[in-house]
Amino acid sequence: MSTPRTYLRPMRGWWRENPFLLRYMVREVTAVLVAAYALVLLAGLACLALGAPSYAAWLRFLKHPFTVGFHVVTLLVFLYHTWSWFEIMPKTMPAVFVGRYRLPGAAITAAGLAAAVLCCLALLGVALWLSR
Amino acid sequence: MAQPLKRSNAPFFWLLFGAGGTLAALIGPMLVFLTGVGAPLDLVSADLLDYARVLALSRHWLAKAFLFATVTLFLWHAMHRIFHTLHDFGVHAGAGLKILCYGTALAGTVIAAWALLAVGF
Repeated sequence: MSTPRTYLRPMRGWWRENPFLLRYMVREVTAVLVAAYALVLLAGLACLALGAPSYAAWLRFLKHPFTVGFHVVTLLVFLYHTWSWFEIMPKTMPAVFVGRYRLPGAAITAAGLAAAVLCCLALLGVALWLSR
Repeated sequence: MAQPLKRSNAPFFWLLFGAGGTLAALIGPMLVFLTGVGAPLDLVSADLLDYARVLALSRHWLAKAFLFATVTLFLWHAMHRIFHTLHDFGVHAGAGLKILCYGTALAGTVIAAWALLAVGF
């Protein structure tokens, strides 16, 4: 029995046709650089465990202009991740009610972004304190 | 007779995805700046990632927990998202892809645990 040759609509590049879908795709693809950055940190941990010479090699890798350039791009991607994560949070978390009224999405986004700013400043403070 | 619904393991992976995404959103930008730009260019302070300092830090239980959570949750978040986004590029989810994606995150988790135990306490 032969399989019927039904028409399959080509789906290539479907996400380029609509700004909403393009934003969705950019948001999802940030994961590639999040994974890459996690692997850089993981390599650092492994080198730390292997001893001073390995760790020095990891630090040399970090100082390479190519690596610094990679981290500048990664920084921009992480900033976009922070923005998009809290932008969609009103849709990804259960509705919050204050009394009878549902908390508007913009308030959830704003609270998330404010929390991110505070956490980043706290992390900077800890880093400065540790290296005092 | 209707079969009882099979328990799905999706919530487990989704929880790791959500935790990693939230952690990355909260501290990610500053962490990338500190380790990737600030430290190599000595913008924050001289030798922020100095060997003795980072080694001493990694022996503290709180820093251990932070480093383990950061590295592993970032990985679980990213690999879960990549696993599902590949579908949009025409690579459809299957057992092989699932093992590849979550296996990478699991391998990273094991390596991180080993490294943080190997540096001592």
